[in-house]
Amino acid sequence: MKRMKKIYKPKQILHCALLTLAVFALAGAGDPATRFNEIGHQLMCICSCNQILLECNHVGCPASDGMRNELMAAVSRGDSDSLVEQSFVQKYGPTVLAAPTTAGFDRAAWIFPILTFGVGVIAVVFVVRAWKNRPTPAIAGGLRPIRGAELEQFRDQADKETDV
Amino acid sequence: MAFIGSFALLLALGLAVYCFVAGLLSLIFQGDHGWERMGETARRAGVVAFVAVFLAAVALVVSAFRDDFTIAYIFHHSNRALPGPFKFATLWSGQEGSLLFWSLLLAGYGFVLRLRYKTDPRLYAYASVVLAGVQIFFLLLVNFAANPFGLLEGPLRADGSGLNPLLQYPEMVIHPPMLYLGYVGFTVPFAFALGALIMKYPGEKWIQITRRWTMVTWAFLMGGIFLGSHWAYSVLGWGGYWGWDPVENASLMPWLVGTAFLHSVMMQEKRGMLKVWNMWLVFASFWLAILGTFLTRSGIIASVHAFAQSSIGTWFAWFLGITFVVFLYFFVLNSKHLKSEHKLESLISRESSFLFNNLLFVLLTLDVLWGTWFPKISELVQGNKVTVGGPFYNRVAIPVALLLLLLTAVGPLLAWRKTSFESLKRNFLWPTVVALAVALFVIFTPQRWGSIFGMKPWHDISYFYSLMTILLSALVASTVASEFYRGGRVISEKTGQGIFASMVQLTHRNTRRYGGYVVHFGVAIVLIGFSGSAVNQEKEMEMGYGDKMTIGNYELVCRSYTQDENANQFSEWAIIDVYQGGQKIDTLTPQRLIYKASQQPSTKPDIRSTFKEDLYLVYEGQNDKGQPVIKAHVNPMVIWIWIGAWVMALGTALALVENAPAPVTVRVPKMVERIAQPVTGD
Repeated sequence: MKRMKKIYKPKQILHCALLTLAVFALAGAGDPATRFNEIGHQLMCICSCNQILLECNHVGCPASDGMRNELMAAVSRGDSDSLVEQSFVQKYGPTVLAAPTTAGFDRAAWIFPILTFGVGVIAVVFVVRAWKNRPTPAIAGGLRPIRGAELEQFRDQADKETDV
Repeated sequence: MAFIGSFALLLALGLAVYCFVAGLLSLIFQGDHGWERMGETARRAGVVAFVAVFLAAVALVVSAFRDDFTIAYIFHHSNRALPGPFKFATLWSGQEGSLLFWSLLLAGYGFVLRLRYKTDPRLYAYASVVLAGVQIFFLLLVNFAANPFGLLEGPLRADGSGLNPLLQYPEMVIHPPMLYLGYVGFTVPFAFALGALIMKYPGEKWIQITRRWTMVTWAFLMGGIFLGSHWAYSVLGWGGYWGWDPVENASLMPWLVGTAFLHSVMMQEKRGMLKVWNMWLVFASFWLAILGTFLTRSGIIASVHAFAQSSIGTWFAWFLGITFVVFLYFFVLNSKHLKSEHKLESLISRESSFLFNNLLFVLLTLDVLWGTWFPKISELVQGNKVTVGGPFYNRVAIPVALLLLLLTAVGPLLAWRKTSFESLKRNFLWPTVVALAVALFVIFTPQRWGSIFGMKPWHDISYFYSLMTILLSALVASTVASEFYRGGRVISEKTGQGIFASMVQLTHRNTRRYGGYVVHFGVAIVLIGFSGSAVNQEKEMEMGYGDKMTIGNYELVCRSYTQDENANQFSEWAIIDVYQGGQKIDTLTPQRLIYKASQQPSTKPDIRSTFKEDLYLVYEGQNDKGQPVIKAHVNPMVIWIWIGAWVMALGTALALVENAPAPVTVRVPKMVERIAQPVTGD
C-alpha cells in the first residue's frame, strides 16, 4: 500500500498542476465579452483606415459598426474563433485579419523572424569563437607581449587610473 | 515670391553641383596648390547653398502668411483663417514643402559641417563632397519633380483648402522638424563613414567625430518618435500611442540601427574591434532613413500617414540603389583597411554583451522591416495582400525587446575584456533582489490599488509580458542605481564629500558613461509605461443629460453638451464630470471639430493624467437624438512613457557634455610630508 502511494503521488501532483493550469488558462475563455474583445483585436477595420477593428474611431466610419455587430452576433451564436475569422475572410478578404495566418505562404511571415534569430545567434557564437581563437596581435618594435599575472597587475592599475 | 523661391532653389542646385564636382576634383588632384584652392571654393559654395535653400524656405513661409493662393502648394495646404503657427507648419505639411524642408535641414547640417572643417580639413572635405552628392538629389527633386513653387492653374481662388485637420495641433509644429532632423542627420555620419572609407582614414578619430553627430541625430529622431506618439495619443483619439503603421516603423528602424551603432562604436574606440560592422551600421541608418521616406512618398505600402502616391517614389528607388552600389564599391575596395586589432578574451565581458546587444537591435530592425514589406511580398508571391498589424509585431518583437532589456541590465555590470563570475554575482545580487521584490509586489498587491496591480502572469500571455517588462525594467533601474552608488561611494571615501555630491562629480567625470546610464534608466521608465497597456479598459456609451458611465474606479456623469464656432472650425463638445469614490475630482470636455475650409472632422480627446493611469475621453459623434457618443479609456501608467522620454533626452544631453577633468593627485614623499607638518605651539 505504502509503495503504491509512492508511485501515484507525483502523478497526482502533476494532474492537479495540469488541472489548475487548465483552469487558469481557460478562465474567461468562454465569456462572450472577452471573446468579442480578443477576436475584435485580431481583425482590421476595412474602411482603409488601417486600424484594428475595435480601435477604429472614425466619426461616421462606414464599416466598423456593421463589422462589430457581425462579430457580436457570431460570438453570441457560439461560433468558434476560427469559424468567425473564416467568415470575415470570406466576406471582406484576407486583409481583414490583423496578422498573417499560419497557412500557405503566410507562414513565411512567422518563420523569417525565427530563422533570422537562429542564424544571428549562430553567427555571433561563431564570431565570438573565432575572435577568442585569434592569435594575439604582434607588437611593433620587438616588444614582449605581456601575459598572466603581470597583465592583470597592469589592468588593475589601468582600471584604478581610468575609472572610479 | 514664387519667382524668388524658384530662383533660390535653382541657385542652390547649381551651388551644390559645384560643391560636389569641384570638391571631388580637388580631392582627386590633391597636393596641387591650384586644386586645393578649388577645394576651398567648393567648401564656400556648400556654405552659400544653405543660404539659397534658406531663402527658398523663407519665400514659401512668407507666401503662406500672405495667403498667396497663386502657388498651388499654399492653396492646397493653407487657408486665410489658419492660425499663425500652423501657417508656419505649412512648410512641411505637404510633399513638396516637406522635401524643401528636408533640403533645408540637409543644407543646414552641411553648413555646420563646412564651417567646422578645421577639425580635420581632409576628412571634412570628403564628408562635404558626399553630403553635396545627397544634397544634389534632394535639390533635383524640389526643382524638377516636386516643386513647391508651382503655380495654380485656372482662376484665382479666394481661399485655400486648409491644412490637414490632424496637423492642426501644437505638437505638429515641433514633431516633423524633430523627426526630419533625425532622418536628415543620419546623412552626416554616413558622409564621414564613406569619406573615411574612401581615404582609408587611419585611427579612430573619424569615429569619435561621427559618434557625436550620430548621438545628436539619434536624439532628434527619438524626440520626433516620442512627439509623434504623444500626438497620436492626444489627437487621433483611438486611445493608443503606437500602431505599428509602416510610417511609424520607418522612423523606428533607423533609430534602432543608430542605437546599435552607439553601443558598438565603443568597441571600436576602446578595442579597435567591429570596424566593418560599424561601417555597415552607419550606412544602414542612413539607408533606412531614406527608405522610410521612400515608403511614405511612393505609396507602395498602405499607411495612415502616407502622402499621396506620386512619381517621386521612382527617384527614391534609384537613389537608394545608387547609394548602395557606391558604398559597396568602396567597401569592397578598401575593406582590408578595416581589420580588427584585438581578440576577444572572454565570453563574459562587455564586448560580448555588445555583440549580443547589436544582434538583437539588428534582428528587431529586420523583423520590423520584414513586417513592413511582407504585404507587398505576399502580393507579389501569392497575388493577394495580407495585413501585418499590431498582433504580428507584438508576438515577434516583444520577446526580442525583453532580451534586449535583460542585456541592458546585465551589460553595465560586465567589465571590458573579462569579468569574473564572483564579481558578477556580487554586483548582481541586490539589483536582482529588488527586481524580484517589485515583481512580487505587482502580483500580490490588490487590484483596487491600481489596474496594474494584481496581474497574474499565468492568466494571459499579455500579463506575462507586462510583468516581465516590469521585472526587467526594475532590474535595469536598480543596476543603474547601484552603478551610481558604487562609483559615488568610491569618490565619497576619497574626498569625504556626501554621497549625492560624489555621484554628481562622478557623472561630471565620465559624462558619456553615466549619461548613457541615465538613458538606460529612461528606457526602463518608458517600458514600465508600455507595460500598462496589458490592462487597458474601454467602454462606449450614448450619454444624455445626467447619464452615468462607470469605468475602472471612475464614475462619469454627462453634465451638458454644446456647440461652438470660430473662423477656422465648428466644434461639438460634451461636459463630463468625473467622480471617484463619490467625490467629484475633475471635469473633462472631449470635442469633435469640423474644419470649415476642408470640411474634415477631427476628434480632440480630453485626458486626465495621473501617475497611476490616464482617463481618456473621446467624443465619437452624436446619436439620432443629438446626444454625444462618448468612448472612455482607462490606460494605466501612460504618463511614465513621456516622463521616461524626458529622462532619455536628459541622459543624451548629459552624454554630449565634455568630461570634467579628474582632479590631479600628487603623491607627496613621506620626507616632504614630515617637513611640511604644521608647527604647533611654540
